[in-house]
Order: sequence, then C-alpha cells, then structure tokens
Amino acid sequence: MSGAENGPGLQQFLGNLRAAPRRFVDTMCRTGRPSTDRTRSGFVFGNVFLHLHSVRTHRWSLRWSTTAGLGLATLGAFLITLVTGVLLMFYYKPYPDVAYDSMKDIHFIVPTGRFVRNIHRWAANLMVVTVILHMARVFYTAAYRAPREFNWLVGMALLVMTLGLSFTGYLLPWDQLAYWAITIGANIAQSPREVTDALNITSVFDPGGLQRLLLLGSDTVGEEALIRFYLLHVMLLPLVAGALMAVHIWRIRKDGGLAKPADVDARLGPPPEGVYPVFTEAPAKTYHLAAIVRGRTPVVGHGPEQTVPSMPHLFYAELAVLMLTVFVCTALALVSDAPLKELANPLVPENPAKAPWYFLGLQELVAFSAFMGGIGIPTIVLAGLGLIPYLDREEAGTGVWFGGSGGWPLVRRSLVVGLAAALLIESIAIRFGWLREWFPEIPQLVITAINPGTILTLVYGWYSVWLVKRFQSTRAGALGLFTCFLCGFVVLTTIGTYFRGPNWEFFWSPADWPGH
Amino acid sequence: MTVSAGQSLSRLDPEPIPRRDVLGLFALWSMASALLFATGGMLRLPKAAVLPSPAKRFRTVLPATLQPGEAFVPPGRAVALFRDAEGTYAISTVCTHLGCIVRPTADGFECPCHGSRFARDGDVTRGPAPRALSWLAVSLRGDTIVVDEEATVPAGTKVTA
Repeated sequence: MSGAENGPGLQQFLGNLRAAPRRFVDTMCRTGRPSTDRTRSGFVFGNVFLHLHSVRTHRWSLRWSTTAGLGLATLGAFLITLVTGVLLMFYYKPYPDVAYDSMKDIHFIVPTGRFVRNIHRWAANLMVVTVILHMARVFYTAAYRAPREFNWLVGMALLVMTLGLSFTGYLLPWDQLAYWAITIGANIAQSPREVTDALNITSVFDPGGLQRLLLLGSDTVGEEALIRFYLLHVMLLPLVAGALMAVHIWRIRKDGGLAKPADVDARLGPPPEGVYPVFTEAPAKTYHLAAIVRGRTPVVGHGPEQTVPSMPHLFYAELAVLMLTVFVCTALALVSDAPLKELANPLVPENPAKAPWYFLGLQELVAFSAFMGGIGIPTIVLAGLGLIPYLDREEAGTGVWFGGSGGWPLVRRSLVVGLAAALLIESIAIRFGWLREWFPEIPQLVITAINPGTILTLVYGWYSVWLVKRFQSTRAGALGLFTCFLCGFVVLTTIGTYFRGPNWEFFWSPADWPGH
Repeated sequence: MTVSAGQSLSRLDPEPIPRRDVLGLFALWSMASALLFATGGMLRLPKAAVLPSPAKRFRTVLPATLQPGEAFVPPGRAVALFRDAEGTYAISTVCTHLGCIVRPTADGFECPCHGSRFARDGDVTRGPAPRALSWLAVSLRGDTIVVDEEATVPAGTKVTA
C-alpha cells in the first residue's frame, strides 16, 4: 500500500473521529438540536422518557402557584430512595441480628454508607410530606373533578403505597425501635379479633389472625417477618408504586393536562414580551374562522391556547424541582443522622415505643382501642376521601386555590372548628380518661367502637353535612371535611410525637419523663 | 357479533342472545374464573402452614425464696409465674392490646406501650386492652414446673403437687 492511497482515507478517518461526539449527540436526539418549534417537539416525542409530557405546555401549568411542584418533588424523592436503596442493598443482610450488624457496618465502616442511609431516610420522610401536601394542593384547587376522578383514586393508592414503603422499611434495621413498631403494627392488623372475639366467632371467622399471619409468616416477629418485610420493601411495593406512578402521570395528560379555571385566558392575560419563544413559527396569516369562533380572529402572533414549548420551559422547571429535592435530602442527611437504637430485644419493649412520626396520629387513636383506631377510622377516612370526586360534581372554582362555594373564609372557619374539636376531645380523654375509667363494667364492644377518634369523625362528618345544607353545595362540605381531616391529623400527630412519654402518658415536655 | 342496520347494539335489550355471543361470553368468563382461581392458588403460598417459632413448652424451677404474690419471670420467656398457698400458676405477659410485654408490679401488671393496666389476676383495670391476660397451663413434676404458652386455662386455675 502506498502513502498516496492512505492520505484521504486517514484524513476521512480523523475527520469522522473528530465529528464523532457531535454525531453521537445528534443520533441520540434523533430529531436534532431543539432550536425550532419543530425540533423542540421532536425532542419531546422522540424521547422515551420525555414523551409522557405533551409537546407544548399551558402557561397556567407553569405558574409556580399552580402546583408548587409537589407531585414532581414526590416523584423525585421516590427516585432518590430507589437509587440510595439499591446502594444500601449491597451491604444489607435480611436476617435477624445479622441485619443489625450489617446496619452498623453501613453506619460505621462502609465508605459513605452513613451518608447514603441518611439520604434514603430523609428522602422517604420527604416523600410522605410532599405526598400529603400534593394531595392537599389537588384538593384545594378542586383538581380532582371530572374528568380527573379516577386519577384522584390512583393518587390515594399511591399515598397508601408511600406509607406502606415507609412502614416496611422501618423493620429492616432490626433495632428496638423497629422491632416494637412492627410488633404493634402487626397486632393492629390482627385487631379485627377484638370484634370477632366480642361476637365469639373468632374460631370460625378470623380475618385479623389471617392478616397477621400473612404479614409475619409466623406468630412472632422473627426471621420470617423480616424476609417478608424485606421482599415487600425492595420488590413488591416499589414495583406496584412504580406502575401506579406511570398510570398517574400518564392520566394527567390523558385527562387534559393540569386543571385550569374556565376563565384562564382572562386570568393569565397576554404573555409578557420577554417570554421567548412563545410560538416562534406563529401563523402570520389570519384564519377566516369568523363563522365558528366568536370574538376576534384567533392565532395571530401567539401560540394556540396560551401554550409554550415544553422544551425548554417545562423541562427546566422540572429540573429545578428535582434539583431542589436532591438538595433538601442531602442537606438534611448532612445535618441529621438516621437513628439506630440497640439490638432488638423481644422481651423488653421500648418505652415509649413510637412508630415513625406520620403514624403517631394513628398510634394516639390506637391507645384508646386498637380496631377502631388502627383499622376502622383509617378505612372510613380513605373511603371518605375517595368518594369526594364522585360526590362533588360542581364546576365553579376548578383550578383555583380554595375555589368553589365558601372559598377561603370557609376553609379558615373549618380550620378553627377542626382544631378546636380535635383539641377538645383529646383534652377530655387526657384529663378525665375514657370509657373504661368512667364505667368499669362497660362491654368491650363499646370500648372498641367508641374511640375518641370515632367521636371526632362523627363531629367532622356532621359539620360537613351541615355545610352542605348551609351553602347548598357539596364542594363546601368537601372543603370543610378535608380541612377538618388535616386538622385532626396534625393535632393527633403532634400529641403523639411531642406529648406522649413512657406508658403513653401525657407529658408537657420530654424533660418531665421519669428516668429509667 | 353481527349487527344489521336498525338492530339495537345493547345486550340489555330483551332479544335472544346470538349463539356466538353465548360462546364468547362463556370463553371470557371461564378465562376470568381461571385467573381468579390461579390468583387464589398463588395467595395460598404465603400463608404459612408451619410456624417456625421456638417451642412453646418449657421447664423452669421457681426460686425457693419466692413470696406469695411475687412474680418470677423465667429468662427469655414472656410469662410470669406465681406461687401462693393455693398453688402455682402462670400468667402470660403478652399484652392483649398490641402484643407488648407487660411488667409485673406490686398490684398487677402495666404495659409500657399504651398504658394498659391489669389486676393481679390479669383482669383489665385501665387502658385499651380488650381482654384479660391469659392464664397458661402449668404442670408440676417435683420441683420442676412445665409451662405451655400455647395452652390457656380459665383464670384462677392453680396447680398443687
């Protein structure tokens, strides 16, 4: 071979080599760089991950106050727990005692192990917070209404999944906190026995015992329980939650994007001059649609229906929310360590044995009667929340904060009613005791059924029915009910977290706890 | 299903269902019931038939100095043993509320988790516990006591040699 033949071939080779990075990017994007409306659209629908979004996004959806990015922050926290969870699985061993040792290894020996575990724990906590706030946002902007009723139900299933993921993760460290929280949790699952025992039918019909058996795989919290909780935590629940999230996000688009008020154009006004590109290839010609469209002729100089290209407007906003989520989790992980108590001891309960904070409201109710507090009232609350979009068929106020009959003044008043009722009933129960202290001979079934939470639920229910009548509007009743539910949750959780000490007795401050 | 012009589409109409529809419906329903049956079979697996917990019967010896009404808790067991003039008896220390381990006190038992209190015979005196603490079957073989944590006996059953 001669040099003259090699020359152009080698140059071509070098040229291709130089161009390889650019060509790689081009081939990855498939439709080229997103610089025009057309290529921006291609950027969205040509990408398997991004094409859950629509190509153009309504300006209303991009306002910070529409969603506050709460749903996306929840997804972000979930993704963070996925990544850190897989990392923790490198070292974690799901077997009693060994599990505790591996947790200590992760905490003290594994490089960055403590940091990664802290992030995992904080992301899980953040996910619970944002999922509740996201639910409140959707409720108060009346975004659950037709055609989005079903997605509200999917969202509720995701709330349950989030709590389930947290609860199953709680056992894995196999320390005192974990062991006794799960013992209590498993016995709550068994608490329908309180009813079947009272009716004397446990020997033939025992759903409580079956639930506990399925959860623990044994009659005590042991190796079988640990491997079951591990399986649920790292495999079953994440898969189900992931599938539900895909449906949840896909339905947003299929249900017509985020909920918008009917007069959205008037509220938004014309797009500001600085927003570029609103619609770079806007039609310059007036369409002659006068026969079908009322008002001025549409679509001259701005995009249809107040939309802007998702790339870059939506994606940069989403990226900002995701980065903020990562930042919050890592910052908290640097400041505060995830707890690890002493090795689980099946004979000496932790005193007080407290569940994670988001279950302490339930634990407060369970301290009066297990079945009603742990299963009855949560079921009633979930059923009530699930029914809301099917009962509220109104249209006024959709997409607006505190929209609908009553509005913010009603929410403010419901806050007062909800907080007052919860505080009053709790004060009575704490100061004067509950049914068994008043009537020692009372049948067990009455104690099981009439929990302070039962009274609270009845008061809230009665109040919201009264609101429906007063305002002649289901939305008013729903606003009252949901606000009261949030109040009850906050009051009970706060009392359970800060004001309950050893033997679940009331203390104004942990400093007053008796030493042990 | 064939549909001719003017014919109603709804199955709710009182017209006789064409044979092909009957067969189609039969196929769908048999598939649905097969899936349901298979799901039931799969759910049968996680329901443990054998419980891998340690043996529930154990032997122990009461200390000679045990006073009437004073509790003796054998190491590693959730049981309180008593001995008085009428005989020996065992009370389970697993709280009937949510399964925490109750502590024997001077006048009965108290639960650290949700504040249930029990009298010396196990009866509920305060708190959310739905039932009295269980009395367990005890048998004496000389000085040795055999306790069966799975066998409950009526409250007040005391055993003498």
